[in-house]
Amino acid sequence: MTTTTGAPPGPAGPLIEATGLTVRFGKVTALDGLALTAPARQVLALLGPNGAGKTTFVRTIATLLRPDSGELRVLGHDAARDAAGVRREIGLAGQFAAVEPAMTGRENLEMTARLFGHGRRAARQAAETVLGQLGLDEVADRRCGTYSGGQRRRLDLGASLVGAPRLLLLDEPTTGLDPVGRREVWAAVRGLAAAGTGILLTTHYLEEADELADQVVVIDHGRVIAAGPLSELKASVGRDVIELSVADAALLDPAADVLAEVSSVTPRLDRAARRANVPAAGGPAELGMVISRLEAAAIPVEDIGIRRPTLDEVFLALTAQSQPVERSRA
Amino acid sequence: MTMTGTISISRPAHAPGTAAAAGQVARRALLKYIRTPSLSIMSIVQAGMFLFSFRYVFGGAIHTGSVSYVDYLVPAYVATIVLFTGGGIAVAVAEDRAQGFTDRLLSLPVPRLSLVLGRTAADSSTNVWSILTTAALGFAFGFRLPGTAADALAAFGLCLVYAVVFTVVFIVMGLFAPNAQAAQGMSLIAFVFAFISSAYVPADSMPGWLQPFAKYQPITPMVDAVRALLTGSSTDVGLALAWSGLLLLVCTPIAVLRYRQA
Repeated sequence: MTTTTGAPPGPAGPLIEATGLTVRFGKVTALDGLALTAPARQVLALLGPNGAGKTTFVRTIATLLRPDSGELRVLGHDAARDAAGVRREIGLAGQFAAVEPAMTGRENLEMTARLFGHGRRAARQAAETVLGQLGLDEVADRRCGTYSGGQRRRLDLGASLVGAPRLLLLDEPTTGLDPVGRREVWAAVRGLAAAGTGILLTTHYLEEADELADQVVVIDHGRVIAAGPLSELKASVGRDVIELSVADAALLDPAADVLAEVSSVTPRLDRAARRANVPAAGGPAELGMVISRLEAAAIPVEDIGIRRPTLDEVFLALTAQSQPVERSRA
Repeated sequence: MTMTGTISISRPAHAPGTAAAAGQVARRALLKYIRTPSLSIMSIVQAGMFLFSFRYVFGGAIHTGSVSYVDYLVPAYVATIVLFTGGGIAVAVAEDRAQGFTDRLLSLPVPRLSLVLGRTAADSSTNVWSILTTAALGFAFGFRLPGTAADALAAFGLCLVYAVVFTVVFIVMGLFAPNAQAAQGMSLIAFVFAFISSAYVPADSMPGWLQPFAKYQPITPMVDAVRALLTGSSTDVGLALAWSGLLLLVCTPIAVLRYRQA
């Protein structure tokens, strides 16, 4: 079978289909009945806080972990029964740059190509192609121990490409990189996506998902809490937040009631810090409304303002939204 | 940086064979060793210091009967050199796991046996280098062959067998160590086997309660066999080979299984 990354072959079936996927480490349940479908030829970003199960999911897809229960199909191959089939379709670039620093970039790529099953000549060609594709020609014959962080990550990305995988798994591809390195990796990923390679990437950064992904899946505690095109998710949770604090703890509930009236969303309370906040759907105008109503009700506040939501708040908002879904499933 | 949308890499028609994959794994480990000269230099320095200490510092206090201590010491040290250098193997294996290199290998369609075979082939080769340099140092410190060159060759061959066996043992240690430091620590257990044996002092000189361990653990018959071969006797080789075979038969499947579940 000879194909190209430019035009992936076969049925345009989903990249990944997971149902009820559960992975446990002793008492810890890392994936808890996770279900998701990744459409063909898309960039899917897996977003979630630390410990959400992102890396476990990637490692399970890469056949490095065996699920305790549930089903996982990767490009049509059953990951439990046909791990070898999965391995021929995927490329993995993990959280560390898994390249040998004592070898040159070219040597690393040729080695990985041979391990994908290429003969000597095809391996040399694949390495050459990938070096050009990722802009590493100039440093190709230097030992990659001398590379910059961005170059090393790109080489690692390249190593996952030399077997022309149909699905690329990128686990936090830019963690630990400086802004320049991050942009280099983004450009590379975009180029690959444009060429038709399916990509699953995990990230902590909303911005990264924004830059790269067609679809976003948010997971927490090993389950999917939100999924969809990024624009939709952003419209629902990416809003600014109005936050106030009061000097007298007794005033927190009345102040929160005002926030609730204006935004018609239940405010988040932090009683210890005497703070409350709500998403500001109406933007700054809503802040004005809150202030005038607080004055009318004679509730003095210590501090009030509008700010961007933190990633935590986005996750919380999504968790709150996912409640009805959870209930209907149960 | 140029990005083109029309790259074409062919997809391999089939997964690599065990030998081809093992070759790549071995090549990488060897290149790393060769291109990090400090590794081989340190092992030579260490061997020199060890032989110096035992030959000139402790040696005078150790009684080995009719054999001079240097002739008692050097064959044993050459036979067990991998017990002293093998920590590096365990550390390298643990580092590969910690740094994602093993994950990369395992995500590729390579036969799991090839990971063990490749690593073993590479590290056994570097151990052959250790054996040769240690033997050369031994001669420099005054060791003289008691028998013929053919006897020496047979003894050398047996040392090579041990090198392979110990390599697999250290690979297993590296695969079970949670990190490189732990691998380094675990590999110290090899010192226990190296020293509580007939390698550096006659086991008879140890206290009675220690002698059973010293006499019946594998290192003693392995060292005794090398000494026997050097003098043209092959009577003691069977037990040493049996231990070698047993260790290989136990450790190789453990390593392969450990890679499978990694």
